[in-house]
Amino acid sequence: MDVRVDRDRCIGAGMCALTAPEIFDQDEDEGLVVLLNTRPPQERRAAVRIAAGACPAAVITLTEQDTSTAP
Amino acid sequence: MQHEPSLTEPVTLPTQRAAGCPFDPPAGLAELREQRPLTRMTYPDGHVGWLATGYPAVRAILGDPRFSSRYELLHYPFPGGPEGPLPPAPVGDMTGMDAPEHTRYRRLLMGKFTVRRMRQLTDRVEEITAEHLDALEHRGPGADLVKAFARPIPALVICELLGVPYADRDRFQGHADTIMSMDAPPEEGYAAMAALQEYMAHLVAAKRADPSDDLLGDLACDSDLTDEELIGIGAFLLAAGLDTTANMIAHGTFALLTNPAQAEALRTDPDLAPRAVEELMRYLTVAPTTVRSALEDVEVEGQMIKAGESVTISLEAANRDRERFPDPDVLDLHRKATGHLGFGHGIHQCLGQQLARVELMVALPALLGRFPTLRLDVPADEVPLRTNMNIYGVHRLPVTWDED
Ligand code: HEM
Ligand code: SF4
Repeated sequence: MDVRVDRDRCIGAGMCALTAPEIFDQDEDEGLVVLLNTRPPQERRAAVRIAAGACPAAVITLTEQDTSTAP
Repeated sequence: MQHEPSLTEPVTLPTQRAAGCPFDPPAGLAELREQRPLTRMTYPDGHVGWLATGYPAVRAILGDPRFSSRYELLHYPFPGGPEGPLPPAPVGDMTGMDAPEHTRYRRLLMGKFTVRRMRQLTDRVEEITAEHLDALEHRGPGADLVKAFARPIPALVICELLGVPYADRDRFQGHADTIMSMDAPPEEGYAAMAALQEYMAHLVAAKRADPSDDLLGDLACDSDLTDEELIGIGAFLLAAGLDTTANMIAHGTFALLTNPAQAEALRTDPDLAPRAVEELMRYLTVAPTTVRSALEDVEVEGQMIKAGESVTISLEAANRDRERFPDPDVLDLHRKATGHLGFGHGIHQCLGQQLARVELMVALPALLGRFPTLRLDVPADEVPLRTNMNIYGVHRLPVTWDED
């Protein structure tokens, strides 16, 4: 899985940091999403999917790859 | 039971909650959601627009920038509004703006309401909560939980965060209440808004002269906001912070006391708090309704919404959509309710949601934990409901408990 965020459209609602804190944070000053890991490990992917679905501004995009070959 | 032809007739917005169902949306909404989740609706001023009650339609519209939030484009869905669209948003009220004006305000504020910053307030919220529980315990069994617990805690928290003296509350709480009332004639609402802004004007002048270490103090020295903007933002945040979480605490307690097994689950398992809060937000949806207006013709769920038409968005109906939440009318604190629309959706999704979560996660379990025998002190159907307010909940919640 490959995660991308579009910070220009982020509205700082924090759903991502609440749902998958190992992968998403918000920067201290502006509250914009910070991506901590673009390649979440297997055990975090379910939470990342929920976070992407819950993002109110549809800022998080996921590319699902063949997980058997992904590092 | 076949009324085929009437399915295309515009409806009016159902507002009557069924007797004995204080937690359920007006019954007519459920019926519409099942039969026509996006339907034509006649507004009280005669405008013919739309009503969205299904989860997919509601989410699609709130997430689509072709739908505007500008008040001057919106028709009011409840009786008692103006003829024609609403007056434009007062300066500083970002719920009534679109991008890019909205973006500017939101970006100035969102860094101050992040998950981490709000979590840092947890200790202080716990302290304030404990003080109110101590006072309740000290006075002995019997209290109006709205007055003694649900209202003062969020009020103290938002005052400290913004830098508004809580001691001044007689100068703003009444005005904030009037702004939230649907019974007050529009002129009274505007007068209350003006009075709240006047209070805020004094405060902003003081912050400009001597910036304090709080949100309004920061904005007064670090931003390019005009006085008028700062006053408007301050008044809006104060009003939003005073009334919303308070109603979730009170109505949430009411819901838990009438679902004792759920209350017990939360009391005995503190780890359940985050899920419990999401589920209560979904189940109660105390901010039940919002409105948008199409800026151009937009197709939603196979229907064409024309430019200029208002869409009433029923967050409370969408949060009970069985396609999204199985057994939607059951309060189930173990459910995964993430994705609920209790804080809205799209670019206007609640700015204060992480603060509200912290307050609810602290206050509800602490209350249940302190008074294991907490119960209603009147029959449930005598609890006065806020059917006449923009934010739903209860006016009073008489409770009692056993002294040990
Ligand atoms: C449980 C309590 C709360 C509920 C149910 C709630 C609900 C909502 C909803 C549904 C919206 C979206 C309105 C729309 O799209 O038209 C909203 C927006 C907003 N809320 Fe809350 N809210 C709560 C607590 C708070 C608190 C504590 C604050 C305090 C700072 C706050 C500040 C705001 C602001 C500033 C907006 C406008 C955001 C924007 O337009 O970008 N809310 N809230
Ligand atoms: S949930 Fe979406 S809008 Fe909110 S902070 Fe994360 S990326 Fe930004």
